[in-house]
Amino acid sequence: MTSWILIGLVALVAVWSVVVFFDVIPRLHIVPPDTKFDFIQFRRISFPVSALLTILAIALYFTHGLNFGIDFRGGTLIEVQSKSGPADLAKMRATLGTLNLTEFQLQQFGGPTDVLIRIAQQPGGEEGQQAAVQRVRAALGDSVEYRRVEVVGPRVSTELLSYGLIGIFVAIVGILIYLWFRFEWQFALGATIANAHDLVLTIGFMSVAQVDFDLTSIAALLTILGYSLNDTVVIYDRIRELLRRYKKMPMTELLNASINSTLSRSIVTHLTVTLALLALLLFGGQAIHSFTATMMFGVVLVGTYTSIFIASPLLIYLGVGENRERGRDGDKT
Amino acid sequence: MLYFTRWKMTATLLTALIVCLCAVPNFFSEATVSSWPKWAQRHLVLGLDLQGGSHILLEVDSGAVRKEKLEQTRDDVRRVLREARIGYTGLTVRGNAVEVRLREGTDQQQALTKLRELSQPLGGFLSTTGQRGLDITTEANGLVRLTVTEPAIQERIRQSVDQSIQIVERRVNELGTVEPLIQRQGADRILVQVPGLQDPTRLKELLGKTAKLDFRMVDQSMPVEQALQGRAPPESEVLYAPAKQGRQPYLIEKRVLVSGADLTDAQPGFDQRTSEPIVSFRFNMSGARKFAQATQENVGKPFAIILDNEVISAPVIREPILGGSGQISGSFTVEQANDLAILLRAGALPAPLTIIEERTVGPGLGQDSIEKGKLASYVGSLLVVIFMLATYGLFGLFANVAVAINVAMIFGVLSLLNATLTLPGIAGIVLTVGIAVDSNVLIYERIREEIRAGRTPINALDAGFARALATILDTNITTFIAAAVLFFIGTGPVRGFAVTFGIGIITTVFTAFTMTRLLVAGWVWWKRPQYIPI
Repeated sequence: MTSWILIGLVALVAVWSVVVFFDVIPRLHIVPPDTKFDFIQFRRISFPVSALLTILAIALYFTHGLNFGIDFRGGTLIEVQSKSGPADLAKMRATLGTLNLTEFQLQQFGGPTDVLIRIAQQPGGEEGQQAAVQRVRAALGDSVEYRRVEVVGPRVSTELLSYGLIGIFVAIVGILIYLWFRFEWQFALGATIANAHDLVLTIGFMSVAQVDFDLTSIAALLTILGYSLNDTVVIYDRIRELLRRYKKMPMTELLNASINSTLSRSIVTHLTVTLALLALLLFGGQAIHSFTATMMFGVVLVGTYTSIFIASPLLIYLGVGENRERGRDGDKT
Repeated sequence: MLYFTRWKMTATLLTALIVCLCAVPNFFSEATVSSWPKWAQRHLVLGLDLQGGSHILLEVDSGAVRKEKLEQTRDDVRRVLREARIGYTGLTVRGNAVEVRLREGTDQQQALTKLRELSQPLGGFLSTTGQRGLDITTEANGLVRLTVTEPAIQERIRQSVDQSIQIVERRVNELGTVEPLIQRQGADRILVQVPGLQDPTRLKELLGKTAKLDFRMVDQSMPVEQALQGRAPPESEVLYAPAKQGRQPYLIEKRVLVSGADLTDAQPGFDQRTSEPIVSFRFNMSGARKFAQATQENVGKPFAIILDNEVISAPVIREPILGGSGQISGSFTVEQANDLAILLRAGALPAPLTIIEERTVGPGLGQDSIEKGKLASYVGSLLVVIFMLATYGLFGLFANVAVAINVAMIFGVLSLLNATLTLPGIAGIVLTVGIAVDSNVLIYERIREEIRAGRTPINALDAGFARALATILDTNITTFIAAAVLFFIGTGPVRGFAVTFGIGIITTVFTAFTMTRLLVAGWVWWKRPQYIPI
């Protein structure tokens, strides 16, 4: 079935390639060439909205909390597949209930035969976790196939969490320094604020959706960080270019011109990344589902919005372009 | 920007070709590749999440190593003082130090000189740090404190980990699996990765045992019941049989007749009379001599075979054992006898190992993940390819060719580095496809702008490339910083993502700066276009 879809798509691409090669159909202009939308004016809405969302995200973090996975909380995760028909969750729950485990959860995972067993950290240090797995294996026996067993002891989980947080911090600082070298400090600061905004909103999303927060989430957050910056840097590059060229142009106008002239690129890239992520989300399977879902939120919903509506207007408040030399306007108006 | 010198063009194409060719071994079976020359065999390795297997992180019990180092120092002090006939009282271990009180009237200077000989420079003869193993201080009343320095303890831990790695290697190799990976991680940890292992229970059992084997005499100076009430002689201790044999107590002398270190071989077998599973062993020369002497002196008395502080059997010596070999029976199952033989052959661990992290993926899930990863990457790439064609037409085709080369180069670099491909790694490649076209988008949008600004076709292409490339470099360096950080903090699958994502960024910059430009330049040279279909 899937191979037929693939063959069909390949054929489509081949036909299309021939067609465009001979220049039969016109190309798509997603954004009309003379777009002049006043994005900067929009900050009167986008700033309060973002501030509100940020507060909401922080509030959600404190009320709902993050659904820490075993990477950071320690404990055991066992994915089993019933060998005979759909898994009987109630019966499994009863079986595990007799094992004297401090806390455990069962959850359908993907298909009806697949069950995810999460066991909270057991007392007894590192050995306690291993003993719990032994008991579960003995109780469920051969009725299921063990597709995945992950046990993270208390020492490793604390380390992983601190590494994760340090990692995000180091990445932000590293990028800040790079941007500071390449641009002026205002740009670096603006980009960092925008980035922090992205990360906070994404964490708020994870808290609402109760996405498992584990090492792959850190990976997702760092990717969102990189991607969102990617977008911001493109616009900043253009702002810098225009700042050099038009010495007299008012700042709002200049920012608008920068955003508008890069808008087509922003949207096209945005769409290609969305397509790639969509494929991962639909066909990539359960194992990377929370990873792609988080990324989908951060990249697709937040990243581009931030670059245009937050990172760029912020520059006005950070004082970019105030001390430009007067009287020597660029010649290419 | 569109002009290429001949050698530059050749260099670009050659680089791309060579890197792409590095990916070739991945398309052939393991058996075919192994017949190729060594340099051509590099290929990427599937991560444990894709091929199934066990990842186990072990920690050497540094507390035990520390304790043992201190006890050894105490024994050294006792030996040195006895040999020099120096009187002392109260030899104890306190904190990180060994304390001893010299008797009044002894020659303090002589004692200190003798004790200082114990303090060896660290790091062997070539050491330049001047660090020593012991800090020796004296206090009033002839109290001498020998503090074991932290570097000395660290060195001992390092040695213990090195030894443990060798022993773990021998034990894991006995499982007969393909390409197990055993490596040091951090100061006191050992990472064991065994691909294709369905049930790691046996592996964990093999790794969890210290396998310290001793042959000692049973102390018959008093009944064990009396010793249990707290009056064991100082030279003996009470040890128990394993739980499955009923935890029977024994009073055992602390003195070791022969230890497991003197074994040269151990094999599982069956007792000829009772056909019970046993382990037969053979001593080396010195072990055989010591064992022969001990058994000659103690005919008719019981001795004990002790494994990890448990008495697995306590037979009576019927006659001197002079041949240097013997057998252990302890109501084993066949599998237990087998495992014990493996453990004895591999040797004892210098300190206990604790499992602090375990991640096992069954082969079924691995296969599913491979299929899902493949499907997702095909669909993702196709969607992007179609979208680019629709948006930029002929130039979209150029972009797609560049991305195809880009992906081939990612696989090439991954193979060259013998890197591990994980499921998040595949996601990284798909994401790279999405982001790699961004460099083309930047260039093309710039060209569209320049055309709108009224430049001639060739001028517009030239300016488009020139201006976009600076931006491409900026954006990719920031993303690369994130990928690099992820590489350093991540482990396993997440590191796999960082690797493909990071390599993807490098190849993306390469293709944007060279391949796309080359394609466009070639097209301009061939067609001499009057207008640009973008």
